[in-house]
Amino acid sequence: MWQWFHKLGSPRWFYHLSSKFLPWLALASVVLIVTGVVWGLAFAPQDARQGNSFRIIYIHVPASFLALAGYYVMAAAGAVGMIWKIKLADMVMVAAAPLGAALTFIALFTGAIWGKPTWGTYWIWDARITSMLVLLFLYIGIIALSRSFSTRETSARACAILALVGTVNIPIIYKSVDWWYTLHQPATIKLTGAPSMHPDMFKPLLVMILGFYCFYALVLLLNTRTEILQRERRTTWVKELAAGK
Amino acid sequence: MFQFDSFDAFLAMAGHGPYVWAAYGVSLTIMAWLALSPLRRQRALLGELRRRLQTQRPRGES
Amino acid sequence: MKPARKQRLLVVVFIVVIASLVVGLLSYALRENINLFYTPSQVAAGQAPGNTQIRVGGMVVVDSLERASDSLDSSFLVSDGAATLRIHYSGILPDLFAEDEAAVATGTLGDDGVFVAQQVLAKHDEEYTPPEVADAMQQAIDNKAKASTAAKGAYE
Repeated sequence: MWQWFHKLGSPRWFYHLSSKFLPWLALASVVLIVTGVVWGLAFAPQDARQGNSFRIIYIHVPASFLALAGYYVMAAAGAVGMIWKIKLADMVMVAAAPLGAALTFIALFTGAIWGKPTWGTYWIWDARITSMLVLLFLYIGIIALSRSFSTRETSARACAILALVGTVNIPIIYKSVDWWYTLHQPATIKLTGAPSMHPDMFKPLLVMILGFYCFYALVLLLNTRTEILQRERRTTWVKELAAGK
Repeated sequence: MFQFDSFDAFLAMAGHGPYVWAAYGVSLTIMAWLALSPLRRQRALLGELRRRLQTQRPRGES
Repeated sequence: MKPARKQRLLVVVFIVVIASLVVGLLSYALRENINLFYTPSQVAAGQAPGNTQIRVGGMVVVDSLERASDSLDSSFLVSDGAATLRIHYSGILPDLFAEDEAAVATGTLGDDGVFVAQQVLAKHDEEYTPPEVADAMQQAIDNKAKASTAAKGAYE
């Protein structure tokens, strides 16, 4: 098992292995997201009270899911890199930051647009929305930190520490709507029990969530591969790869 | 079942059109950019490496 | 596990524990300030400061909404089940504002116990239903109410 662990830690091995998954992940994300978007926009019934503005949920909820899950991916990669000194884990951490930041931005942006017709305001400083904004700043902080050190090792350690400290924010975001009075409503999709949503509306949401997971995996692999090429550009295998193409 | 009477009704979304289309448009554009930008960077990196290799080789041979 | 790795693992655990502790204590100390609004019960108990801008939230009481015919002035009651509070507002109410739905108002609490709002926001719940299903559900509730009044009438 340990041998496999260290083999996976080899950037070259990872680069070659990941090329086998890429086409399938790309296909799955495109098919699922296109299906989900068409289904959600045109075929799902509108909400009795919110009307068509509710269709924003098909972007808002999957993006928020992956913005939070992606933070755990980034922090876990940072911890692995810090403990076992695996370079690949540092690359995954750096690759996850811009992706997470973009998804957090999408969640905030779609939420703001949705807020205007439903709540009557684009923005409110309630616990859910503010903690989500903190998440965006954490991601941006890690992107900035990863670029501000001259040595890779210091940079990786600083990023890992910030990422680990920031993990506290994730359960706060999840539970903020239950712990405090907020304008944001509690979760529709619950870990235990049925979702408080009609099945005709829930099915396309499930397709979109699956699609976003595939999309996340796809972009994380692409970003990691770019990082590998960038950092290993002086090695023979990358030179051979460049010459062979 | 298609939920709208006409394509115009689909675009208008009963008055919520600007909100819905702005949310989908911006999000999907960002996502397309997320997927395409690492591919572009990879191509640029490999291209630059190849150019450097080609300029080095003749000098090494002569 | 090698001792050096074990030590680094401890550092990671330490960082997460300390950060959780700090943030946990901080949000516990600030818990009242993290709440977006006061409930009518809190206002009734005198926990909300008067003559300064605060937010109040609760369910809009059925049949309590009164709109002026010649202006945008409106008045309604919000309740949290235990207490109610009258809110005066002059402006356009959000589309989703309705009786028996939650609302959050920003404004000031006067000495007379009436809340004068500058902004009223609608707070919706986490349930999503297609219009036909919602109609059917409403119909079922109405039928049940009708049946129970009919039964009561028969009893009387």
